[in-house]
Amino acid sequence: MERINLSTTAAESRTLREQIKAHSGVDVKDCYQCGKCTAGCPVAFAMDYTPRQVIRLVQLGLKDEALKCHSIWLCACCETCYARCPRQVDLAKLMEALRIEAKGMGYIPEKNVDLFNDLFLKSVEKNGRVHEMGLILQYNLQSRQFLKDATLAPKLFTDGKIHIAAEKIADNGAVKRIFDKVRNMGEEVK
Amino acid sequence: MKYAYYPGCSLNSTGIEYNVSAKAVAKHLGLELWEIPEWNCCGASAAHNTDHLLSLALPARNLAIAEKEGLDVAVPCAACFNRLKATQQAVRQSSATKETINSVIEMEYQGTNDVLALSEALVRAFSLESIKEKVVRPLTDLKAAVYYGCLLVRPPELTQFDDAEDPQSVDNIITALGADPVNWAFKVECCGAGHSTTRPDVGLPMIDKILADAKANGADCVVTACPLCFLNLDMRQKEIEQKYDRSYQLPIFYFTELMGLAFGYSTKDMGVNKHFVNPMPLLEGKDLLRHPATRRDEA
Ligand code: SF4
Ligand code: SF4
Repeated sequence: MERINLSTTAAESRTLREQIKAHSGVDVKDCYQCGKCTAGCPVAFAMDYTPRQVIRLVQLGLKDEALKCHSIWLCACCETCYARCPRQVDLAKLMEALRIEAKGMGYIPEKNVDLFNDLFLKSVEKNGRVHEMGLILQYNLQSRQFLKDATLAPKLFTDGKIHIAAEKIADNGAVKRIFDKVRNMGEEVK
Repeated sequence: MKYAYYPGCSLNSTGIEYNVSAKAVAKHLGLELWEIPEWNCCGASAAHNTDHLLSLALPARNLAIAEKEGLDVAVPCAACFNRLKATQQAVRQSSATKETINSVIEMEYQGTNDVLALSEALVRAFSLESIKEKVVRPLTDLKAAVYYGCLLVRPPELTQFDDAEDPQSVDNIITALGADPVNWAFKVECCGAGHSTTRPDVGLPMIDKILADAKANGADCVVTACPLCFLNLDMRQKEIEQKYDRSYQLPIFYFTELMGLAFGYSTKDMGVNKHFVNPMPLLEGKDLLRHPATRRDEA
């Protein structure tokens, strides 16, 4: 990381910190930067900022860096960091809050991860459950990887592991209403 | 004994063997699994990466149906278990959150019923001794790397059973079946979840390391308790072997399949014939298929 002028980031750091705390309950001030989270993170090898660095960005109020980084999309939500953190910082929850915030601002550096999540939820909203076959087809189509995993398909079919027709729950209006209501609530709960 | 059963989406499709074997084993032990009628998807990681309230409301609807019936919920999928448990905790901890969730799902959910991982639910209902008593075909000589992955045991504040770094619950079940759990380092390492689909360059090396460590520690097979872990280790194994020029040929099992085999059920009845990595040579090699107790009755 390059040299940072802390006095100009102080004000912004407070707002981002407070926002994160309000949305996720995670207080980044709890972190004393020991790096244990990074040491155990199975995805750190692929991240642009390590988990410890991500939390440092938030501590310093480097909002753009924190919201535009790939790490927050690559976090696998495995909770290793949280389980091991001596300060009990729920870093997975922080990553989640940053992702939601980033997406709201249109920062989506990992398009495929985001696309997959969106298609997944669309399937749930429509059917009440995930239709894996439809999800995989839509994902391959929209991420323009038309033949991805095509060699696996025949066996999945013959073994009855994927189905052409979506499985729906009878009253999937109930699930649709959950989506509608959440959309209309605006304010998130913690 | 009766539990509400929340299979989750994968157990109706890619995780079908888990569903079939879990139901058979429960029935054999005398446990009634009451599948939550009209259960809906828990939202998996897509929901909590998108909207916090949505990620609590989707599981809450299922929990509310089970609560009305007065039943604790047994959950085979580790990721679903985590989401359902997180919802239970959120509702128990804050009455404001509870009210918001109840208004979204248009049902009453108080958080009075328990959410249990299937492995925990089985041991709680039957004890290791009574499971051992049911074994007619001991899995002697089968060296198993028991793989818990992430969300079955983490975060410990939430899951509240077993050790987050060196869990034993499924090892104990496997031992009761007569198999030998191996010592290995990747027991609780994450398999990368959906990364094998969305970012294979990140996901595949994660799976590769798990397979490599299991093999290096002398495992004949890996035992899982999660449909996504299973899928990553089983379905992606060939791709990984080709990509990194390795030969693992490591059969992957659900712990319930091994329970079923030890109770004398046929491989077909447990769905073991549906695996990508063929486990038959291993099972034949260990003499598990020619055992006199092998039977083919319906599950
Ligand atoms: S382990 Fe906890 S205290 Fe240490 S750097 Fe990571 S978040 Fe901070
Ligand atoms: S939850 Fe995310 S940041 Fe934490 S260890 Fe897992 S992948 Fe790394």
